Amino acid sequence: MNDARLSKTAKIALLVLLAAAVLLAAPMVGMSRVSLSAVLRPFSQSRQTDIFWHLRVPRVLVSFLAGAALAVSGMTFQAMFRNALATPFTLGVSSGASLGASLYILSGVQISVLGVSGVSLAAFGGALVAILLVYGLSSLRGGLSAGTMLLAGVAVSFFFASMILFIQYLSDFTNTFRILRWTMGGLGTVGYDSVLDVLPFVLSGSAIVLLLTNELNLITTGEDIAASRGVNVAGAKRVLFFATSLMVGGVVAICGPIGFVGMMSPHICRLLIGPDHRHLTPATLLFGGMFLTLCDLLARTVIAPAELPVGVITALLGGPFFLWLLLRASHDRGTL
Amino acid sequence: MASDESKPDALIEVADFSFSIGKKAILRGVSVDISAGEALSIIGPNGAGKSTLLKCLDGILTGGTGSIRVHGRPLESYSRRELAKLVSYVPQADGRLLPFTVEEFVLMGRYPYLSPFSSISETDRKAVREAMALTGVEEFAGRLLTTLSGGERQKAFIAAAFAQGAAILLLDEPTTFLDPRHQDEVLRTLHRINRESGATIVSVTHDINTAALGSNRVLALKAGEVAFHGPAADVMDNSVLERIYGKRFIFAAHPLTGKPVVVPEVAEQ
Repeated sequence: MNDARLSKTAKIALLVLLAAAVLLAAPMVGMSRVSLSAVLRPFSQSRQTDIFWHLRVPRVLVSFLAGAALAVSGMTFQAMFRNALATPFTLGVSSGASLGASLYILSGVQISVLGVSGVSLAAFGGALVAILLVYGLSSLRGGLSAGTMLLAGVAVSFFFASMILFIQYLSDFTNTFRILRWTMGGLGTVGYDSVLDVLPFVLSGSAIVLLLTNELNLITTGEDIAASRGVNVAGAKRVLFFATSLMVGGVVAICGPIGFVGMMSPHICRLLIGPDHRHLTPATLLFGGMFLTLCDLLARTVIAPAELPVGVITALLGGPFFLWLLLRASHDRGTL
Repeated sequence: MASDESKPDALIEVADFSFSIGKKAILRGVSVDISAGEALSIIGPNGAGKSTLLKCLDGILTGGTGSIRVHGRPLESYSRRELAKLVSYVPQADGRLLPFTVEEFVLMGRYPYLSPFSSISETDRKAVREAMALTGVEEFAGRLLTTLSGGERQKAFIAAAFAQGAAILLLDEPTTFLDPRHQDEVLRTLHRINRESGATIVSVTHDINTAALGSNRVLALKAGEVAFHGPAADVMDNSVLERIYGKRFIFAAHPLTGKPVVVPEVAEQ
């Protein structure tokens, strides 16, 4: 606890300011220098203007949206399973989305429904299948313990990973490379069309979560208590699973499976602002967005002119963090 | 007696209720009426189905055959929110707590009255203040649940359940794991709630003395069936207790009230 006792609203306001600063500053930074005059003339034909407005700005927007969505999905999973290690990534939902997207790439079909690209829909479908599988596997014996859930997630994850390998084996060289490169997680090739692809998934998914913060609070204190307080637990969980599938599917389709954002961000936010989801949800959205934007900034500058996939950066930071949580969890039973 | 199904003074009517998990029958043909303002203790050996019955009474576990009626209406006809305004539940302590303050946690008891777009009303605040006053948790209202002792925690959970505004309070082993002083405080809190607000208290306990001395009626379950249901004082009888627990007990007169209490056996030297 912070002795300065900033109110929770003040903390969120501070995060809003920080996020705005990151969003403004991030596109300015990169391998080639961009002058302010080029930035202020978005419709000129100069190379600098092009780099800023057509490469960096959409990329920063997508990374922010993706980070926000992954973080809030992680928060939702952690709350529903009452376990800090439960995230769409650890429970195999990301791999489900990857499998959906890989199948779509393999099929060679190019469709879009109401402006939403086929690969996004395929990833959403994959995410939903993975969630249903994990949920089904862990509720087979009537119980829903977090331990079983995680084990089921690991099993589903492995199963999907080997399916993806199998698809790569079947694909020709070009598709294999596309799938492989994409499963590393990256934001290298995004434009404004990607922003528009991600946006509806992220907005609708996070709106649903923001409407269910009271339910999330009660579910984290225990499902029996939540039910007794009047929460329709099964119904709320179904809606929340749907919302997370939307977000994870939408993001994975564009950025690949980026791990650990969903685990770290909500955990850090919980330390900053407490467990109340009415504050935690907006904080996590903002923090996750900033976090992935900064990770991507690192990814595209550390070994410039070459670029690292952003998933490599988040995994490098996230691996040790995961271990730390795991070791810490061993003496407080893995609770949030 | 008239043959109408619903008795006017019964708040909860359980009739021939059976419940199974998988193929295992947990409750078999349980019938019991609980009237308004009653303090009922549920006793019985481990695995007798006490906790299951409690969860069924609050609709946390659904299914089962037979019927449970609350205020004369079938339990399953209530929405979760409607039921939450009538019945509240304090689970067994499972040690998993989040760093909410006691006041925040008690306020969460007001969930059935909130909507995602409404803010907390003065009625909600008043209910929270009353619940905290009645259970004596005001002095640590600002502390985090994670920093409370077992007894304080249990009182905070009772306060949150009471803030729900339900006239029926179900508690699963509210005093287990507490030291004697905190057991005493929690029991006094429950008596106060029962006396001052007229709430019906149904609690599962392993303490025969608490059940016999602290409640009006006792329900004993054994292997999912009702082994005894009657006035609390009548349970202090070896013909009853042997049927429930499969063992005989030694009684003594309570030095203050003269009522029989169970005393521990002395191991032979």
